[in-house]
Amino acid sequence: MSSNNNKKWFSLNIGRKEKTSSGSCSCGKSSGGCGGSSNAHHMTNEAFTEAAINASIGEERTKDGFEQVFDVKMDRRSAFKKLTASLLIGAGAVSTSCSVISGDESKEKAQIDWEEQFKGNYKLMTDKEKEATVDRLVRSYQLRTGKNISMSSKNAEEDVLFGYAFNISKCQGYMDCVNACVEENNQDRNSQMQYIRIHEMKDGKGFNFNEADDNYYHEVPAQGHFYMGTQCFHCDNPPCVEVCPVQATWREDDGLVVVDYDWCVGCRYCMAACPYDGRRFNWSKPEVPESEINHNQHYLGNRMRKKGVMEKCTFCVQRSRAGKNPACVEACPTGARIFGNLLDPDSTIRWVLENKKVFRLKEDLGTEPKFWYFMD
Amino acid sequence: MKRLKVFGSLVKDSLDTITHGSKKYHLWMALLTFVMLAGMYCYSIQLEHGLSVTGMTDRVSWGLYISNFTFLVGVAAAAVMLVMPTYVLKDIDFKQAVLIGEGLAVAALIMCLAFVIADMGGPSVLWHMIPGIGVFNFPNSMLTWDVLVLNGYLFLNITIPFYILFRHYQGKEAKRSVYIPGAILSVFWAVAIHLVTAFLYQGLQARPFWNNALLGPRFLASAFAAGPALIILVLAIIRNFTEFKIQDKTIKKIAMVVTVAAQINLIMLISELFKEFYAPTHHSESAYYLFFGLDGKDALLPWIWTAIPLNVLATVLLTFHKLRNNFKVLFFCCFILFVAIWIEKGFGLIVPGFIPGPYGKIAEYMPTGIEIGVTLGIWALGAFVFTILAKTAIGIELGKLKYKKK
Repeated sequence: MSSNNNKKWFSLNIGRKEKTSSGSCSCGKSSGGCGGSSNAHHMTNEAFTEAAINASIGEERTKDGFEQVFDVKMDRRSAFKKLTASLLIGAGAVSTSCSVISGDESKEKAQIDWEEQFKGNYKLMTDKEKEATVDRLVRSYQLRTGKNISMSSKNAEEDVLFGYAFNISKCQGYMDCVNACVEENNQDRNSQMQYIRIHEMKDGKGFNFNEADDNYYHEVPAQGHFYMGTQCFHCDNPPCVEVCPVQATWREDDGLVVVDYDWCVGCRYCMAACPYDGRRFNWSKPEVPESEINHNQHYLGNRMRKKGVMEKCTFCVQRSRAGKNPACVEACPTGARIFGNLLDPDSTIRWVLENKKVFRLKEDLGTEPKFWYFMD
Repeated sequence: MKRLKVFGSLVKDSLDTITHGSKKYHLWMALLTFVMLAGMYCYSIQLEHGLSVTGMTDRVSWGLYISNFTFLVGVAAAAVMLVMPTYVLKDIDFKQAVLIGEGLAVAALIMCLAFVIADMGGPSVLWHMIPGIGVFNFPNSMLTWDVLVLNGYLFLNITIPFYILFRHYQGKEAKRSVYIPGAILSVFWAVAIHLVTAFLYQGLQARPFWNNALLGPRFLASAFAAGPALIILVLAIIRNFTEFKIQDKTIKKIAMVVTVAAQINLIMLISELFKEFYAPTHHSESAYYLFFGLDGKDALLPWIWTAIPLNVLATVLLTFHKLRNNFKVLFFCCFILFVAIWIEKGFGLIVPGFIPGPYGKIAEYMPTGIEIGVTLGIWALGAFVFTILAKTAIGIELGKLKYKKK
């Protein structure tokens, strides 16, 4: 069963414990089933329990008594789990025993708030914990507004790396992308937060950002000008991720640079570090009219934010991970925006990168953005 | 057990000392309390409405708070200029000044931490930064380094003087073998806190104004000028208002430190200006904005053109022995040097880093009343903490505070 048995050569296994799982799973992964293969569905109940236990305590099972007591690995996550668990028990006891008059709903609300306040970093959560926090957020929204939302905690898919290309000869500066982005991503309406900036540049002057206007209010396209959009470039080597003191922002496996809004402490260091002006801060409490809220949400994407946290373009993670184009791409009337999977040789983005003359902004900084410009 | 008893007695005695004093002392403390309360009120507004009540925006995302933080790290680091001669080189002239210097470092560090907390968008989740229960991005983020070195330095600067004072309180001499290792460590640590704070900015390739190798050294030079300058002023006040006798010799020696640091700082300033303006590139635009304004936007001009002449004047005056040894001139120089470096290291460094923005946008920054209120409150907090520490330390050193005196 184990993959070790398939070896064609002999090797000495001194002190190395074989990691065999008695479940039907042979991929060796400890969580999340076998990379999308279909046998996950045929798992028997027993095998599932076995796999679940394996996933949660992992190698602890193979240890003997001495190791279990004296060699317990306490990584941040498990330490945090234990701490949170004890806090929760205390909080639960306090809230149930102290409040005699409060109703069940407000008790539940208080419980959710408490758990949300002391939950861990999303990046380090197991899939189960991710589901739990998403469920809590959905329930909390329900309790507060009486309305339902759907929130996803879908992880990056394998063999996917998102990329974006922008055709500067096609963009006419209509700003449809900006409006679609604001609506899709539930951005604060009061401060008019926008992830995308469209720079109006004079023909014949090259990319002269100093003389460009990114806040125009006239009819477009204006004579003698061309347009260039910027947003988060989802760098391969993102400076914003390096500087975050609490790892509240990171790069996912499919290339999306995301923020855990609940983990962010609001120091704005990432904002200072970003060479592409890709980040936005909620200086006040973000407000979206109830009727305009997009109810199709992702934890890392367009869920409701609070004041004092960073946010940014996620290539509409709630859409892109569901196989759709980001809202800006869909809304663009001129077809200047191309989005797709860089690892798929048949994708449009690959065709653009292979057949057009492309360039990237500020390449000298070595951040390797996954955002290219090209022209016809 | 006995130590605990002595400690309890020390706390009681020091409480007694800090609550008694002249009328002027009470007025001073009342004024500070009032400013602190006003600052807290401003901060409560900021907590309620978020950072939107400040002048900061997405374009200029750090302002007055971080400016003051940066400056005060330098003031804190300056204590080392007194610690090293006293403890390591055994220069007794500094002995009286050193406790004051360390008290100042403690006050400055507390202010630093307060400024950082005031600048946070989510103070309620700051526990995410505590190693162990939070997730520390170490060693990648310079901010985590800064948290570590600042708190470590605070610890050193509390424990060393506390040990010495605790011994003196009991009428015993402090053991050199106990505090010397800490003192030597704090010498290196002081350099580290300021260098790490400089690296916080220096490491950002997105901000060409900060991304320059001279930033760290220049931080140190300006800190070793501004910090001791403040110490001289404080010593002058202490000499006037208490019986604590600080010799002329001590002040003259500190003045020497200020002078040399100010001269080095000026040389580095010239080097920086030469690089920016002799052959200006795209990267010089922030400096252009700071010194001459860009596109008619010139909010920082009055500030920097106050700072530069004050800086030059103070340095030139200090350079001449005759002028420096005249205490009236010396105190005046220290004061203007302190102001000049506060502007340069604060406003003159942080704000232009964001202007023009990554895409050339020039958006100006002006602090709001609430921001200024919080800032004044934190400065008052620092002065309050320092007054308490200094009064206790002076009491012990003068022998007024003694274990079982009664």
